[in-house]
Amino acid sequence: MSGMNKQGRSTTPGEAGTASIETYTGNRGLRLEEPLLFELDNPGACGVDLDEPDAFAPRLGALERKTRIGLPGVSEPDVMRHYVRLSRKNYSIDAGLYPLGSCTMKHNPRLNEKMARLPGFGDVHPLQPQKTVQGALELMDTLAHWLKELTGMPAVALSPKAGAHGELCGMMAIRAALVARGEADKRTRILVPESAHGTNPATAALLQYKVDAIPATAEGRVDLAAFKAKLGPDVAAIMLTNPNTCGLFERDIIEIADAVHAAGAYFYCDGANFNAIVGRVRPGDLGIDAMHINLHKTFSTPHGGGGPGAGPVVLSAALAPFAPLPYVVHGKDGFRLVETDGEAKADGARPFGRMVAFHGQMGMFVRALAYMMSHGSDGLRQVAEDAVLNANYILASLKDDLSAPFEGPCMHEALFDDRFLKGTGVETLDFAKAMIDEGYHPMTMYFPLVVHGALLIEPTETESKRTLDQFIGTLKHLAAAAKGNDKSLFTGAPHFAPRRRLDETLAARSPVLRWQKETPREAAE
Amino acid sequence: MRYLPLTDNDRRDMLGVIGAKSVDDLFRDVPERARRKGLVDLPKRMGELEVERALGRMAGKNVAAGSVPFFCGAGAYRHHVPATVDHLIQRSEFLTSYTPYQPEITQGTLQYLFEFQTQVAMLTGMDVANASMYDGSTACAEAVLMAHRVTKRKKAVLSGTLHPQYRSVVENLCEAGGDPVEALAPALPGKTEDIISRIDGETSCVVVQSPSFFGDLIDLRAIADAAHARGALLIAVVPEVVSLGLVTPPGDMGADIVVGEGQSIGNGLNFGGPYVGLFATRTKYVRQMPGRLCGETVDAEGQRGFVLTLSTREQHIRREKATSNICTNSGLCSLAFTIHLSLLGEDGFKRLARINHANAVKLADGLASVKGVELLNKSFFNEFTIRLPKPAAAVIDALADKGVLGGVPVSRLIPGDASVENLVLVASTEINTDGDRASYVDALKEVL
Repeated sequence: MSGMNKQGRSTTPGEAGTASIETYTGNRGLRLEEPLLFELDNPGACGVDLDEPDAFAPRLGALERKTRIGLPGVSEPDVMRHYVRLSRKNYSIDAGLYPLGSCTMKHNPRLNEKMARLPGFGDVHPLQPQKTVQGALELMDTLAHWLKELTGMPAVALSPKAGAHGELCGMMAIRAALVARGEADKRTRILVPESAHGTNPATAALLQYKVDAIPATAEGRVDLAAFKAKLGPDVAAIMLTNPNTCGLFERDIIEIADAVHAAGAYFYCDGANFNAIVGRVRPGDLGIDAMHINLHKTFSTPHGGGGPGAGPVVLSAALAPFAPLPYVVHGKDGFRLVETDGEAKADGARPFGRMVAFHGQMGMFVRALAYMMSHGSDGLRQVAEDAVLNANYILASLKDDLSAPFEGPCMHEALFDDRFLKGTGVETLDFAKAMIDEGYHPMTMYFPLVVHGALLIEPTETESKRTLDQFIGTLKHLAAAAKGNDKSLFTGAPHFAPRRRLDETLAARSPVLRWQKETPREAAE
Repeated sequence: MRYLPLTDNDRRDMLGVIGAKSVDDLFRDVPERARRKGLVDLPKRMGELEVERALGRMAGKNVAAGSVPFFCGAGAYRHHVPATVDHLIQRSEFLTSYTPYQPEITQGTLQYLFEFQTQVAMLTGMDVANASMYDGSTACAEAVLMAHRVTKRKKAVLSGTLHPQYRSVVENLCEAGGDPVEALAPALPGKTEDIISRIDGETSCVVVQSPSFFGDLIDLRAIADAAHARGALLIAVVPEVVSLGLVTPPGDMGADIVVGEGQSIGNGLNFGGPYVGLFATRTKYVRQMPGRLCGETVDAEGQRGFVLTLSTREQHIRREKATSNICTNSGLCSLAFTIHLSLLGEDGFKRLARINHANAVKLADGLASVKGVELLNKSFFNEFTIRLPKPAAAVIDALADKGVLGGVPVSRLIPGDASVENLVLVASTEINTDGDRASYVDALKEVL
C-alpha cells in the first residue's frame, strides 16, 4: 500500500476521452504555442542593465542614426521563456535517432563544448600577437597532424568554413596547380557522377567549369567504361564521393584514380562520408588529390540547426604547395601562423589566396580534436566499423519489407527506393511524415537522384541495438500498413507534431521573409 | 569506448542477422591494398579527464582577452555576452538538430531564423535578410557574385579601406571565376577616397566598408547615387554590427546589398571563428540572393508556421545553376545573435552603441595625449587609428609583454607598405574600464 497522502483526490485515471478538445490558449498540455519575438514587445522592458555613459562630444561626423530600429523590448525572463518554448518544437539527436542519410547525425559529447569554452580558446582574438596564442596554434597544428595521419595525405588547409566551402577550396587548389602547369585554359571540364551531392556541380560551376555527368551502373557505382570514355585533355578533375551517396564503396576507385592521373587531371573526393572508413581506409592510399572533411559529421561538432560547420581539406603532394593562406608551421621558435604571400614564398609555397578572413573555425577545431583524442586510433577505427555494422543491420533487417535497389554490403548508410510502395497510394513523403508520428526524424528523402523515391538511412555508430530494433520494428509496421492499404497512418501525417504539413508552395509564391507590423505579401522580381 | 553503445555480444548477433562472418567482410568492396590491417599511428583512446588535461594545457598557453586590458578589433570585437545566451544555445533541441528540412518538427529553428532575418533587416535598414552566411568576409564575396547576376556585368570596384582580408577573399573568388576586380589603394583615415571616378559602364558593384578598416565612418549617399547612375549596385560592408545602434544604416543611404560580421552580438572571439555573416538586400533582388531563407506560411490546419523557402535558388535543387554552392548557414551563431539582440532590444542596443562610442572617444583622447602619438580619424565608432613615432608591430609586442593587448598593427594586414608601418588599429568596447584605459596609456608611455 502506498504511503502517499492522497488528500482525497482520485489516484486512478478516469475515462480517456478521444474527442478533439479545443483549448482556450491553443496549447495542448506541454505542447505550447509561442508568438514571434516582435509580438512580445513591451516598450520600456529590457533584458540587460546598462548605464547611460556620461555626457561626451560624439565623433560620428554627420552620420548619427536618427531613426528607430524597431527592435522589441523584452525582459530577461520573457526572453528565456520565449526561446525555451521555441526549442521544444525541435527534434534533436539528444532526444532520438536522427537517421538522415549523408548527414552523419551522431552523438555530440558535451566534453567538446566544455573544451571549446576554455577562455584560452574561446576568448582569444585572431590578431593577438602570435606569442600570446602559441597554445591555439599548437591546437591547430595538432588537429592538422591527426587529419593528415587519418587520411594519409601530406597537407591540410584548415580554414574552409563548411563542407561546400572545402570543396571550393580543393577545386581552387586544383585550378592553381593547372595554372602553374599552364593548362588552366585548356582544361575546362569537370566529371561529376549523377549521384553526387548538389554542392559538387554548384562548386564546379562557381569556378566556371563545364559539368559533365558520369552515369551510374545498375550496381549503383560509377560506370568505369563511360567514365574512361569521357576523359580527355580538356578534363581538369573528377569530383567523386566515396563511399558514394548510395552508401556503396566505389570498388574501382584506384583504377579511376590511375586513369584520372594518366589523363593529366586531378582527383577531388567529396569526404562527406568519411565516417564509414575513418581509421580503416586512408584516402591517400586511394590516389586522391584533395578531399574535404566535414568536422560536423565524422568528428561530431554539433550541427546546430544548420551550422556552423567546418570543412578542412587534405591535399596530395601535387596540390600541397597551393594551399591557401593562412597555415601553421612549427619551427624552433615555436608555432608560427603564415598569413601573407611574402612569408609563404619564403617557405617555398605558392598559396592560391585566402578563403576567409582570419584562420577558420577554431571553435570547431577544438571540439573535433577533443572528439578525436577521446576515441584515439583504436576508437576511431571502431567508429567506422560500428557505423558500417549498424547500417548493414538495417539493410539486412528491412530489405524484405522495403525495397533495396542495390546489393549489399553497404557502408555507413542503407539506401531504399519506393518500389515497395507501388500501388499503395502512399509516397515516400507520406511514409516519412508518418515516421514523425512514431517519434522519429525521417531519413533523407528523394536523394540520391539515381533511384526513384529514395529513402537514405544513416544510423551512425552511436545508436544501440535496442534503438535500431525499435526503429526497424517501426518501419516494418509502417510498410505493412501501407501494403495493407491502410492509408490512414499516412494521409495528412504528421498528426502529433507541433505543426501539420506546411504549405511550401504558398511560402515560395508570395514570400514573407520578415515580420512587419502589417505583413503585406510583396511580389519579388 | 564511452560513446559507442554496441557490445561484442551485440556485434556478434548483428553479424548473424546480416549473414556476415566478420566486420572485415562488410568492407570487402574496398580494394585489398587499401585496407589497413593495423591502427593508424596516433595515440589511443583517452578518458574525459585526460582530454581535459591535454587541451587545458594548450589553452593555458594563450593569453585570454578577458585576463588583460584588451583593445583589439580589425573585424572581431570583444563584447559582453549575457549568460542567458550561452545557456539557451546549448539546449539539446537547438545544439543537436539538423538543418530544418522537416518543418513540422523544426519550428523552433525556423521561427528563430525568421526572427533573425527580421532583426538583420531592421538593423541594416533593408527590406530582407537571409538566414546568415559563414562570416562577414564570405558574405562580402557572395554579395559581389550576386551583383554580377543582377547587373549581368563582371567588374567589382573595391574601396581601399575594405578590410584587407575581405578584399583577398573577394579577389580569390572573383579571379577564380575569371571576373576582374579593381581594388583601390588604401586611403589613410581622414583622407577622402575618390571611388566615384572608378565607376564605369562595366562596373557591376562598388564595395565600401563603414566603419572603414581604419575606423572612419563613410557617408555612402553620393557613392550610391553615382553607382546607380551608371547601372551599378552599392554593396555596403559593416564589420562591427554594434555601430548600427548609433550610425545611419546603409539602407538609409542607398545601399543595394548590405553585408556584415555579426560576431559582436552573442558570439565570442573564438580565435577567428565560427562567426556569423549578415546579408541583406532589397525585395526586388531576393531571387538572386545566396544562402538559406526562411519564410512564413500556414499548415494544413491554417496555423502560422515557417519553412525554408525559395530553395529553387539553391544547390540541392539547381545543382550547377544554383546562385551559390553554399549549403549551411551559421545556424547556432545566428541563434546567439538573435537571443542577445532580443535581450538588448531597441533601448539596450542603442545604449550599448553609445557606451562603445563614449569609451572609444575617451581612449582616443587619452592615447593622443601621449607624446608622439597622433589620432588620424576625424570620425569613428568604437575603433580608430593612431600613428606611433616608430614601427607599430614591435610596440604592440612590447605592450603585450607588459600585459596589455593594445590593438592590431596595420602592418600585420597590409605588409610591406611604409606608409602604414607605424599605424595601429585600436578598439574600445563596453568591456573596458577607465582603469584599463589608464593602464594602456601608462604602458604606451613606457614603451615609447
